[in-house]
Amino acid sequence: MDSHTLAAQTSETAHIEHEHPAFLRHHFVTVEQQRETATFGMWLFLLTEIMFFGGLFCAYLIFRNWYYPAFVAGSHSLHLWAGTLNTTLLIISSFTMAMAVHAAETRVRKALIGWMIATIILGCAFLCVKAYEWHDEWVEHHVPGLNFSPAGFTHGTKAYPDDKLPIDMAEKTQVYFSLYFAMTGMHALHMIIGVSLLTLLLIQAYGGKYVEGHVAPIENFGLYWHFVDIVWIFLFPLLYLISRHQ
Amino acid sequence: MSTIVTLPDQSTATLPKVSYLNKEYGIKSWLLTGDHKRIAMLYLISITFFFFIGGAMAGLIRLELLTPQSDLLAADTYNKVFTAHGIIMVFLFLVPSVPATIGNFVIPIMVGAKDLAFPKINLLSWYLYIAAGCMLLWTLIAGGVDTGWTFTTPLSTHYLNTHVITAGLAVFIAGFSSIFTGLNFIVTIHRMRAPGMTWFRLPLFVWSHYAASILMVLGTPVLAITLVLVVLERAIGIGVFDPTKGGDPLLFQHLFWFYSHPAVYIMILPGMGVISEVMSTFSRKRVFGYTAVAFSSVAIAVFGFFVWAHHMFVMGISNYSALVFSLLTMLVAVPSAIKIFNWSATLYKGSITFETPMLYAFGFIGLFTIGGLTGVFLGSMGMDIHLTETYFIVAHFHFVMVGGMLMAYLSGVHFWWPKMTGRMYPEGVSKLAAVITFVGFILTFFPQFLLGYLGMPRRYAAYPAEFQVLNVFSSAGASVLGVGYLLPLLYLTWSLKYGKIAGPNPWRATGLEWQIQSPPLTENFVETPIVTHEAYDYDWLESKTPSEVPTVG
Amino acid sequence: MSEPKHVDEPTQHEEHIVTPKVYLVIGGTLLIFTGLTVAASLVDLPGDLNAVVALAIACVKMTLVVLFFMHVKYSSKLTRLTVAAGFLTFAAMIMMTMTDYISRAWGRW
Repeated sequence: MDSHTLAAQTSETAHIEHEHPAFLRHHFVTVEQQRETATFGMWLFLLTEIMFFGGLFCAYLIFRNWYYPAFVAGSHSLHLWAGTLNTTLLIISSFTMAMAVHAAETRVRKALIGWMIATIILGCAFLCVKAYEWHDEWVEHHVPGLNFSPAGFTHGTKAYPDDKLPIDMAEKTQVYFSLYFAMTGMHALHMIIGVSLLTLLLIQAYGGKYVEGHVAPIENFGLYWHFVDIVWIFLFPLLYLISRHQ
Repeated sequence: MSTIVTLPDQSTATLPKVSYLNKEYGIKSWLLTGDHKRIAMLYLISITFFFFIGGAMAGLIRLELLTPQSDLLAADTYNKVFTAHGIIMVFLFLVPSVPATIGNFVIPIMVGAKDLAFPKINLLSWYLYIAAGCMLLWTLIAGGVDTGWTFTTPLSTHYLNTHVITAGLAVFIAGFSSIFTGLNFIVTIHRMRAPGMTWFRLPLFVWSHYAASILMVLGTPVLAITLVLVVLERAIGIGVFDPTKGGDPLLFQHLFWFYSHPAVYIMILPGMGVISEVMSTFSRKRVFGYTAVAFSSVAIAVFGFFVWAHHMFVMGISNYSALVFSLLTMLVAVPSAIKIFNWSATLYKGSITFETPMLYAFGFIGLFTIGGLTGVFLGSMGMDIHLTETYFIVAHFHFVMVGGMLMAYLSGVHFWWPKMTGRMYPEGVSKLAAVITFVGFILTFFPQFLLGYLGMPRRYAAYPAEFQVLNVFSSAGASVLGVGYLLPLLYLTWSLKYGKIAGPNPWRATGLEWQIQSPPLTENFVETPIVTHEAYDYDWLESKTPSEVPTVG
Repeated sequence: MSEPKHVDEPTQHEEHIVTPKVYLVIGGTLLIFTGLTVAASLVDLPGDLNAVVALAIACVKMTLVVLFFMHVKYSSKLTRLTVAAGFLTFAAMIMMTMTDYISRAWGRW
């Protein structure tokens, strides 16, 4: 038993001395272990993110059932084209991010940098469209707390002449817009954090990192980026597509 | 089967030449460290600091309640004081207490790792904790918060003119500190275990931290988003919780208690882990029903997510829903009882010794049982309607949190003090402190059960004169309790320099952390340990000779 | 799969590398589903079916992203368990909150 232990330890030590890339942190035995650990940590972080957005989705579900006509009218006041465009942009950015991970895994530096830049551009484009929409809502007095007015919802719009809500229900569009701004705001905050992190990673990748086998940071950032995409995949139908056929 | 205790001779023990404490010197080597043991010490110091701030608030509360009139503190000052007491004690003391100090220190060693999985995130977690602490201190200086620790809307969003936003953001940040600690523990326990360290060889301390970490990771983000909504509602006036705009204040309660009920398990589970270790070590027996105790931790974590609305029985939730939550609440008593029974069974035919950690552990068992059983009273709706918002509630959760968790924390601090510092605390005076704490505690909080039952509401600076006798008892007890908490601060500090040298394993305990030098090396183990024995295998410990210990530094 | 020149190195572990073709197919499918969900919202479906269809499509899209872009299809059980834990807890929160909201209007006993 003792000799077995010793043998196991010597082989362990030999293993460590055999390969010791610079990115292997001292408290991990193998690169494999480090990578798995980092990925698992990232997934746990995404778990917390599910619950973070989960609180908002829970609130959404309740108020949508309570104030359905207000939610319909609120949803109708958003630009369908903007929502669709943003969904498209984010899905393409998810694709480019997946390709960036692939480039890191296959160790092609130029491809990695190219796909990362594409992802950043798409992320920024998303934020620009979002900013345009928010500006529009500000102009239309749809920002709860700051300049809200239910007047727009009491006598219908050009596209949706049926959206004539009684004044008390029109007031409730405030709840819709509160959730709209909280949800898209939190989502945009995650996008801004994502774009900033990606820029940092890009600078490092430009310096030659992440194509020498150490792909975990790119991979895990990819997980984050896809998660933010998934949140939007749900926000889009929930906020933009309520009863569009009316 | 218990093994005869033969404690090692401490007169010949020496301090190791190199340890994590003297590997590097200077303030920078502490503030930028990645070493989980140093971060644990940073946490220990900062948590103690905030504990005594929160304790001072408790002292003010008890002084004010000495007389029926609101004479020492004005009513609004009193509100600010109990709010500060609550927020500081819950978010800056109880939640991080055992996990961030003792857990941080011993979990990597217990699983046989060199460090936690993410040392930098661990350090970040401490900085977030400090940032949150500084923000809360700032609110104290700038004029206080008077929402109560629950941030109840619409009181917090509309009616109060105090620093709710700062306090809310501080709790938000403290929440992230706790998320990062929990995340680190889960990943470490999954991915960093030494060869041979299977799940069922893990000490129960690790199991209970695993369960608590799951709650931290899954529950805390909901608190975070809730506080974000409160802050947004207060700052710019969105309408999710505001009934005048169509929002629902009860939704705030749902989301808040979705975290804050599991949070009480975040607070108590690590304490239960400490008790498992201490009970086993000082009765020289494997914990009775190891598997049951391990899984009861996980069961508490799972059930913890299904019972939160028992905080809301009088708030106007549906009767039918309240019935469901009331029934589910009874379920949580089952795993808690499994633990209590198994610890008691561990004592049976053990060779029990009464060192200070064991005294605190006995205190825990008695007080936690009372706290837990009164929780069953409160979980049953009929009783709850009568007792909600009275001192019965206050007594109940102080029995669980102070009588349970704080006893466990002190037990753990004494138990691992020799490992952390390499020196023993003075046994005589610490036993005295344990007894004083217990007596002071009972004297402080038992009268509050009676007060609550008689109908004295909580959170008021003044009360009818007929409640004074019991309140005087309670305040007298609080001063005894204060002495009980100051004593460890004094003698533990004293022991840093003058305590007896402990040696690697003063308790003859079986955990991996006791097989290495005290205080440990920065990298914990010279070679990766290979685990061949079950947890709490005292026969293995007795039969192994020093040459057979590959892990001693 | 892809360039095997580094395969002998221990850093190149056995983790599955998804091919660009798979990414392209998944990306395309996601865009098609986006079009579908917009189209479906413009059609008047009976009852609450509009909402059900919108959510079903969103769930399909999410599953595709999780399985392929986030590599869960090729990941360990632990990762799958983590993902499942997140959704189960979210479901528990919704479900238990709803016990209150659904039955609040039922009134007293």
